[in-house]
Amino acid sequence: MNVLGLTALLFSGATAAGLVGALTGLGGGVVLVPLLTLGLGVDIKYAIGTALVAVIATSSGAAAAYVREGFSNVRIGLFFEIATTLGALLGAFLASRTPTSAIAVIFGVVLLTSVAFSWKEHGAATESLSPDPLATRLGLNGSYPSLAGEQSYFPRRVPVAWLLMVVAGAASGLLGIGSGALKVLSMDNVLGLPYKVSTTTSNFMIGVTAAASAGVYLTRGYIDPGLSAPVVLGVLAGSALGARILTRARSNVLRLVFTAVVLVMAVQMIVHGLRGAA
Amino acid sequence: MSERTVRRLGREVGAILRLGVLISSAVIILGLVPYLVRDGAGHADYRLFRGEPEVFRTVREVLAYAARAHPRGIMQLGILLLIATPVGRVALCLVEFARERDRLYIGVTLVVLLTLSWGLFGPG
Repeated sequence: MNVLGLTALLFSGATAAGLVGALTGLGGGVVLVPLLTLGLGVDIKYAIGTALVAVIATSSGAAAAYVREGFSNVRIGLFFEIATTLGALLGAFLASRTPTSAIAVIFGVVLLTSVAFSWKEHGAATESLSPDPLATRLGLNGSYPSLAGEQSYFPRRVPVAWLLMVVAGAASGLLGIGSGALKVLSMDNVLGLPYKVSTTTSNFMIGVTAAASAGVYLTRGYIDPGLSAPVVLGVLAGSALGARILTRARSNVLRLVFTAVVLVMAVQMIVHGLRGAA
Repeated sequence: MSERTVRRLGREVGAILRLGVLISSAVIILGLVPYLVRDGAGHADYRLFRGEPEVFRTVREVLAYAARAHPRGIMQLGILLLIATPVGRVALCLVEFARERDRLYIGVTLVVLLTLSWGLFGPG
């Protein structure tokens, strides 16, 4: 294939990935890696490097809108970014020492779990009503605007959440994804934050986490401008388009279709990895 | 952090993220167009991982390569600016915490910045 053809394919594929990411809430990275490896035959290391850059693009674009609304907690974000960035460096370190076939299988499994999470109902979280001493000392308590006025929240079980954030960072650095699902899980279920605060703070953290491992991927030579340039532009176009469609289209039907697509991709990644190992 | 500071920080963070995405996409396009005009008919193969040449691997090399107006160097510079965008956001928080004399969070932010620079400038 010539460069022009590949660039056009990359751009349109990334636009579709950005669109799917915005509509399913999965983020762009998760669909990009299977698209590049299975669809275009790109080596998984190049694919992961490219996806990391795309993750930074989408999360920065989306976070810009969220922080202004006053939902995300800057302190919680920064405090747990220590965990996610350290984890991201660890993941990037592991990536060069893990066989490609194993990465493909792990990727498929993580993809399957993320799909399950995106469909999970997030009911009324068991929010803590009294301040936790450690969280208070770290200045993590906060409040957010709700219909009933300013609502306070008190995070708890900080050490457990911190460890989960290291895992989230490692998954991001190893697989080139944003690990949004894991981040939300540790804030929503472990810290007991209101759902809106968890999701917006997570979006805020994804870019910083990906930047840590993207640096390592760049120095290792896993980030190619010919691949990442059209992908970044495509993903940005796709997610902007997705945000617009989301408010108009019947999103449940769309989500169902896209979830099916992602499921097929996940299974294919696993099969691909297992075949490569054999 | 006072309510006013939180709101201002939110606005500034939003602005820096949007600006970063805008500038980096503009630089990427600036490199991509001449690249496609010049090398569009060339053969593309990414099936086998070979690793990028040195000029794409470090901040200093990328800057030097882009300065010589190589299309692929300019594209990589755009990617580098995109990676720098979240780093800029953390640096902005550092300024804000320093203004508030919040020692704990000055420390927290410094650790995050240090980890990020290790990724970009460390041994890989």
